[in-house]
Amino acid sequence: MLDADFFRRWMTATALMVDREAERLTALDSPIGDADHGSNLQRGFNAVTATLEKEAPDTPGAVLTLAGRQLISTVGGASGPLYGTLLRRTGKALGDAAEVSAEQLADALRTGVDAVRTLGGAAPGDKTMIDALVPAVDALGESFAAARAAAEEGAEATVPLQARKGRASYLGERSIGHQDPGATSAALLVAALEEAAGE
Amino acid sequence: MSEGKLVGIVLVSHSAEVAASVAELAKALSGGGTAVPVAPAGGTASGGFGTSSELVSAAAASVDRGAGVAVLTDLGSAVLTVKALLAEGDELPEDTRLVDAPFVEGAVAAVVTAATGADLAAVEAAAAEAYSYRKV
Repeated sequence: MLDADFFRRWMTATALMVDREAERLTALDSPIGDADHGSNLQRGFNAVTATLEKEAPDTPGAVLTLAGRQLISTVGGASGPLYGTLLRRTGKALGDAAEVSAEQLADALRTGVDAVRTLGGAAPGDKTMIDALVPAVDALGESFAAARAAAEEGAEATVPLQARKGRASYLGERSIGHQDPGATSAALLVAALEEAAGE
Repeated sequence: MSEGKLVGIVLVSHSAEVAASVAELAKALSGGGTAVPVAPAGGTASGGFGTSSELVSAAAASVDRGAGVAVLTDLGSAVLTVKALLAEGDELPEDTRLVDAPFVEGAVAAVVTAATGADLAAVEAAAAEAYSYRKV
């Protein structure tokens, strides 16, 4: 079973990975975006870990809703409301249980991903974070490791795609050949799950 | 009509200067009559380019006169942030709507219409209609 502590570790592990990969995310965001994805997410997840230390919510759902709220208010770019909605809706779907199963997390995350799809209007294949999140959620029933691998594959599979959402979509065919920064950061979020589980 | 109360307008842009200038332009073009409450919410809280949910919430609260608030945005994170705030339920005044309209033309249409004492639906319709004014 996964408790609030697990979810705090998940957020902290994500923040560390985003710190470590911030330059790469921004480099990916330079040719097809506005070159701020790494620094925006860094600011957001640093705020998340700072808030979680201060407030220490005691249920999995509360950890994620608080984290999502922080992202919406601190990121400043489109990834703020998108990741914020993902975590808040996932947290709300978990309710106020003190512990949840991996299966419940997979179901809740699917609800979160659906909310992101509604908010941004993106479908799989549009070259967005959805391309990493959807396969990850599908594989989550198997294991965290399988989810991480699926998210990474999904992110890599965005390279030949033409962007149909966000700033990159203005580039049309010129967006082809670049890995999507949002799908790349989404893969980090999923990889951090495996770290939080100590696997 | 909502008993003399005016619809408030919020203009959300990635740039503080763009939001402020469009607000000024829309007010100037609406004539010297009724003062429509218009608030810009541009850029991030630290003065950079982007969207701040705090600035959007504060701007919406500042223009709320009880007749509803019409929010116009430019692109990307401005649209998504307002949608996320609306989904939260308690971050924006009751009767706040994200209006699907071109930013500059929509803002002028919204402010001019609001100045007549029109209700939120009429303001929204006027702003959205700005999409149909072709230029060539």
